[in-house]
Amino acid sequence: MKRLFAMFFWAFVIGGLICVIGQLLFDVAKLTPGHTLSLLVVVGAVLDGFGLYEPLMDFAGAGATIPITSFGNSLVHGALQDADKHGLIGVLTGMFQVTSSGISAAIIFGFLGALIFKPKG
Amino acid sequence: MMASKQKKMTPQQQTYQQLQQKHELKRPILKNCIKAFFIGGLFCVVGQAVSYFYIYYFNFTEQSVGNPTVATMVFFSMLLTGFGVYDRIGQFAGAGSAVPVTGFGNAVISACIEHRTEGFVLGVGGNMFKLAGSVILFGVFSAFIVALVKTLLKIWGVL
Repeated sequence: MKRLFAMFFWAFVIGGLICVIGQLLFDVAKLTPGHTLSLLVVVGAVLDGFGLYEPLMDFAGAGATIPITSFGNSLVHGALQDADKHGLIGVLTGMFQVTSSGISAAIIFGFLGALIFKPKG
Repeated sequence: MMASKQKKMTPQQQTYQQLQQKHELKRPILKNCIKAFFIGGLFCVVGQAVSYFYIYYFNFTEQSVGNPTVATMVFFSMLLTGFGVYDRIGQFAGAGSAVPVTGFGNAVISACIEHRTEGFVLGVGGNMFKLAGSVILFGVFSAFIVALVKTLLKIWGVL
């Protein structure tokens, strides 16, 4: 039970901090949201390349999986998993293995949303 | 508002720039960061709750639970975007709502809803990844480079 609450707490703190980094990139570095998110994804991919993202996920749970940095991390992760099995071609075949649901959910729910909801304003 | 803007335009550029800088400094960075921290953290807490739901009821492990959690969060983001709530959260929280995957979902879904008047094939289909495309492009390309380098290093026995 103690571990459960600790997980919620660290998810809140780490997730919040990653959002603060994003906000600083908005306000201080004056990047557009598109640039900021692209940069964060690349950072996530590089961090996983050095094996640093996995410990963060063990520590903070959803605090590390919910921010967009985890997208880069899971792309690298899938690619490396398949590369272990099939060699170099695995980099291509495994790319979306771990993060499949994020992309497919975005496409499916996006289309459903367009079917159900009408544009506002 | 309009008059003051024109007044600013007439002096020399240097004074204008000074004025602009004075204006720029007024960005409430600390306040924005606090808002982003709390809203972003809140999204992650919801995500954590969803993770536990999948771990206890659908036999996911802590390593594999990220995948269904992200899908569920994108579903929530569809509802919030469709009812027009997400825009308001975004105005309040800035990066706090853009950085979590719900922001990625919102970018895809709002583009879909916005362009449905242009038809489902050319409007929705063509514009779906208009905003989120850059994230996918740079994510996939950087992941490709990182994984390629790491795999090659492994094959050559460096790692």
